[in-house]
Amino acid sequence: MLTIDQATYDAIVAHAKRDHPDEACGVVAGPAGSDRPERFVPMVNAAGSPTFYEFDSGELLRLYKEMDDRDEEPVVVYHSHTATEAYPSRTDVALASEPGAHYVLVSTREHGNNEGPVEFRSYRIVDGEVTEEEVTVVPSLEPAGTQQPRSEA
Amino acid sequence: MAIEVRIPTILRTYTGGEKAVQAQGGTLSALIEDLEANHPGIKDRLVDNGDLRRFVNVYVNDEDVRFLGGLEASLNDGDQVVVLPAVAGGC
Repeated sequence: MLTIDQATYDAIVAHAKRDHPDEACGVVAGPAGSDRPERFVPMVNAAGSPTFYEFDSGELLRLYKEMDDRDEEPVVVYHSHTATEAYPSRTDVALASEPGAHYVLVSTREHGNNEGPVEFRSYRIVDGEVTEEEVTVVPSLEPAGTQQPRSEA
Repeated sequence: MAIEVRIPTILRTYTGGEKAVQAQGGTLSALIEDLEANHPGIKDRLVDNGDLRRFVNVYVNDEDVRFLGGLEASLNDGDQVVVLPAVAGGC
């Protein structure tokens, strides 16, 4: 399950709407091992394309060095689909290289740059296998260390 | 001559979980051969048909090797090499 705060959720959606009809992309970093998406980092889609996204290679390096310095990891990797559903494409799956991340897909196909609901879905992509997961939007993340261990039903 | 190579999460299965390993070589190509000798299987994840894979980024001292001659990029003792898979996709 992905637990994300409302402000970060809204920021991802706003980025996707703003960049429509091109795909938008970015990460939400968090402390390594915490599974807490805390730091929203929108990235430029170097492909500038409605059907493809790619982080600029120089910015990618800066991002990873910065996360390394802060002992963070990419908790969420997000991008938008602008004409298709919010489901990972074959290319998305083939190129997914963060087995620990939540891959968030937002589809802006319905309302484009305008107000209106979007599809916002999250997946794990590990070894070419896609598993959708529940998304829980909370007003704000619990302070670190206070989350109750979740009992698996 | 020792060069530090930073390994991304997805390739740490080849390095026993190590985030960084030491390797040697006067060019990126030679460095990858040396990596392969110690971490079998890793070369195929970096190189395809004699060229760097399209969606793998390699940096030497923070410079993308595509601007340094790709596999022929020359390396010196003390250089730092970083490997990062592209974050990319498409519908």
